[in-house]
Amino acid sequence: MSTPGRSGLVFDEALLFERSRPGRPGVALDDPQVPSVDPKEALGADYVREDIDGFPELSELDVVRHFTRLSQWNYGIDSGFYPLGSCTMKYNPKVNEAAALLPGLVDLHPLTPEVGIQGILALAHEMEELLAEIAGLDRVTLQPAAGAQGEFLGMMMIQAYHRARGDTQRDRVLIPDTAHGTNPASAALNGMQAVEVQSGPDGILHPELLEPHLDERTAALMLTNPNTLGLFESHVEELAERVHAAGGLVYLDGANLNALMGIAKPGDMGVDVMHFNLHKTFSTPHGGGGPGSGPVAVRNILASYLPTPVIQKEGERYRLDDEFPHSVGRIHSFFGNAGIWIRALAYIRTLGATGLREVTQRAVLNANYLLTRLRRSYDVPHDKRVMHECVLTDRRQQASGVTTADIAKRLMDYGFHPPTIYFPLVVHGALMIEPTECESLESLDSFIEAMEQIAEEAARSPQLVTEAPHLPKVRRLDEVRAARRPRLRWTPDSET
Amino acid sequence: MSYVPHTPDEIQTMLDRIGVSSLEDLFETVPHSLRRNAELKLPSPLAERSLLAHLETRAAANLSAGRTPSFLGAGAYHHFIPAAVGALASRGEFMTAYTPYQAEISQGTLQAIFEFQTLICQLTGLEVANASLYDGASATAEAVLMALRLTQRRRIYLSAALHPHYAQVVRTYTRGIGAEIEILPLAGDGRTQPAELASDTAAVVLQYPNFLGCVEDLSWAAEAAHAVGGFCISATAEPLALALLRPPGELGVDVACGEAQSFGVPLSFGGPYVGFLATRQSYVRQLPGRVVGQTVDSLGQRAFVMTLTTREQHIRRERATSNICTNQGLCMLRATIYLALLGRLGLRRLAEINLSLANYARSKLQQAGLRLPYSAPSFNEFVVRVPDLSTRHGALVEQGMLPGLPLGEMDPARSDELLVCTTEMNTREEIDRLARELVA
Repeated sequence: MSTPGRSGLVFDEALLFERSRPGRPGVALDDPQVPSVDPKEALGADYVREDIDGFPELSELDVVRHFTRLSQWNYGIDSGFYPLGSCTMKYNPKVNEAAALLPGLVDLHPLTPEVGIQGILALAHEMEELLAEIAGLDRVTLQPAAGAQGEFLGMMMIQAYHRARGDTQRDRVLIPDTAHGTNPASAALNGMQAVEVQSGPDGILHPELLEPHLDERTAALMLTNPNTLGLFESHVEELAERVHAAGGLVYLDGANLNALMGIAKPGDMGVDVMHFNLHKTFSTPHGGGGPGSGPVAVRNILASYLPTPVIQKEGERYRLDDEFPHSVGRIHSFFGNAGIWIRALAYIRTLGATGLREVTQRAVLNANYLLTRLRRSYDVPHDKRVMHECVLTDRRQQASGVTTADIAKRLMDYGFHPPTIYFPLVVHGALMIEPTECESLESLDSFIEAMEQIAEEAARSPQLVTEAPHLPKVRRLDEVRAARRPRLRWTPDSET
Repeated sequence: MSYVPHTPDEIQTMLDRIGVSSLEDLFETVPHSLRRNAELKLPSPLAERSLLAHLETRAAANLSAGRTPSFLGAGAYHHFIPAAVGALASRGEFMTAYTPYQAEISQGTLQAIFEFQTLICQLTGLEVANASLYDGASATAEAVLMALRLTQRRRIYLSAALHPHYAQVVRTYTRGIGAEIEILPLAGDGRTQPAELASDTAAVVLQYPNFLGCVEDLSWAAEAAHAVGGFCISATAEPLALALLRPPGELGVDVACGEAQSFGVPLSFGGPYVGFLATRQSYVRQLPGRVVGQTVDSLGQRAFVMTLTTREQHIRRERATSNICTNQGLCMLRATIYLALLGRLGLRRLAEINLSLANYARSKLQQAGLRLPYSAPSFNEFVVRVPDLSTRHGALVEQGMLPGLPLGEMDPARSDELLVCTTEMNTREEIDRLARELVA
């Protein structure tokens, strides 16, 4: 067994603006075969700019080398093991890309008349039904552009539901202390109040810890299940019952759905509304930070609040329905990130029910295998059966001055992307590891070997770890300087 | 096929090591009551060839701009995308990386974002830009939220010629926190009628060029907003126009936002697209979304890193400037590559070509006897009045042409108005045919 990190030839590469040479021609453009117009005449001299100061002038080869070199400074799933907890960095199948680029889909204008979009509406309807089945819920909207927008929408629908029932005082959203930061932010964006609920000493929520927070102001419980410690919320049914009994609704943050497919349906847990992160569970590319897609599934009681337009099937025809009087309104310029949900649709249709269940089983197998082997060298705050991810800490390494951040940086030298670090916030010095189902046994063993060697280094030669990484193009960055004196763009007089 | 690598022997080895006897046993913390009904009812799996055949059948039922002459714009623009854009943006190192939390092995993404931020500043004439937002509509909503925070006021004026979808999204985004939205009516020339703004104005929002294609005079709006201590926001749906038009920042605009889909991002039925937002340096701590800054590493080398993160949800939680957790990474990258390929002269030349084609189309339609109701200058989009529009539009679609957007769909008072857009994808012959058929 060995770990894959090596040093190699890496190119330096200036900014586009520094590479630019005045007068260097870029791509050629066809002449339009119509009379040329002088912009100042057509638009009025007052409305026309002279130039775009500082804009780059490069040849096509300059641009190709530039972005090729930049790409080589990145680490992607295609490069190696990327166990970033809560982000589900699974393989992104190449056929998904081919699917999204099919003529008729990639070149389809969103305002094409209904007669010209029957094909894509059929696919959208198909996708809605697939997601509804996976969620165990009734209706789905594909419109949210990302999970966070799905959360925002879900909270808005919950608010609309309570208001329609005259329950206008329900403005509190109960959020466990293990939740993602987007949860409280999404509640606040709706003018609702986020109330933190403590989880028990065993890392999960308990009905008796929730009960004191439930009252006539409770709008919803916003739950992540499995939670960010990788633990299944085993009391979820009773939690949901109590929230419902108090007049509230249950929202599920679907970030960790990879642990549930074919094992448990959110609808059966008592969930009323949830969002999906298609870039996590359903293998669409993370793209260096998006685009995502965050469809939302709801129980029928919330269906009349879905965002417009809503896809309706009438016989064999599909229609975009804007006449939805109780809708919370529009949330996207058009109809959501079609190019992304088409990729996810390709994935679901490739796997089917047996494939999705296999995904969940293997993701959980991989996480528990890692936990079993890593607990010898690292502290485990909640040492019990996990689902798709596990959380370790730096407690045992702290004596020699080695922290979670150091361990993360040192992993780069061994050829791995670090896990999510310092999250969830309830665990001091957390290392949150999500291997996904796609990694082979030898890939896991190699990562374990690196983690064990780092633990040894921490004990014997901690400097090796605290000064890591040693192999990447740049070493540790001065983040304080970046924040104190923000330089957020290039200017001609920028020093390097 | 589920892209999992384990052999049966390996599974056994792993189970033994964990100390359980079956895969089922791994789920002991999930109550049986839930596991009973968990079986999914989904269609049978499809291998690659049959999957693509299924999707191709659906795709073939669409009338796409790639297959038919199209004059549709209205917030989504059919522009040519050089081959190098897709070739570079689809490199796995870009496509399969995530948020650059670990800067040392994410310098490619980080430098590209820094370049994008710079390009957006150059186009808008403003000082700082973020790493992108979901789309033009949500960027406009985020700009409005930013103005509400900075002014601690509630009154927002939206131009009647702001894209109706953008206006709807602004309403959706501001409903929970409470904003009073007023609509500024249009003058006869198709631009927003200059007006005095109330003393408690948080912001005024104009589209540049506006939804009807007319180039707004942003100066009066900036002056009127500043006179009462409010913000002037410009939203641009067709950013190619900014290669020719005076930049919003130069005209007094405080926040320039919009949609950058025109720059190398395919139509894809409306998404994923890429919103942008630029503002003045003094408001940088109220910017929504991700921002990348320049710094040095421990050896003194230049490097880039996500910065000012104390604004963001993962640190500030419910007090964050926005709940956004990502940017539109790949679309932002495509825009950066596209702008680098076109460059300073190319982008301007392309804008001139678009303008020339639109001018040709305007004169052709006028020669055909149709009326252009709005006299304000326009870029690559304009409104034409077509008698009996719905019949003619239907007939043209039947023949496989997309003649533009009938505005009656969005505003019944405009039932004879057609919004026509021409880009470099439209030929002279197509425009001649449009003029013939609209009066046929």
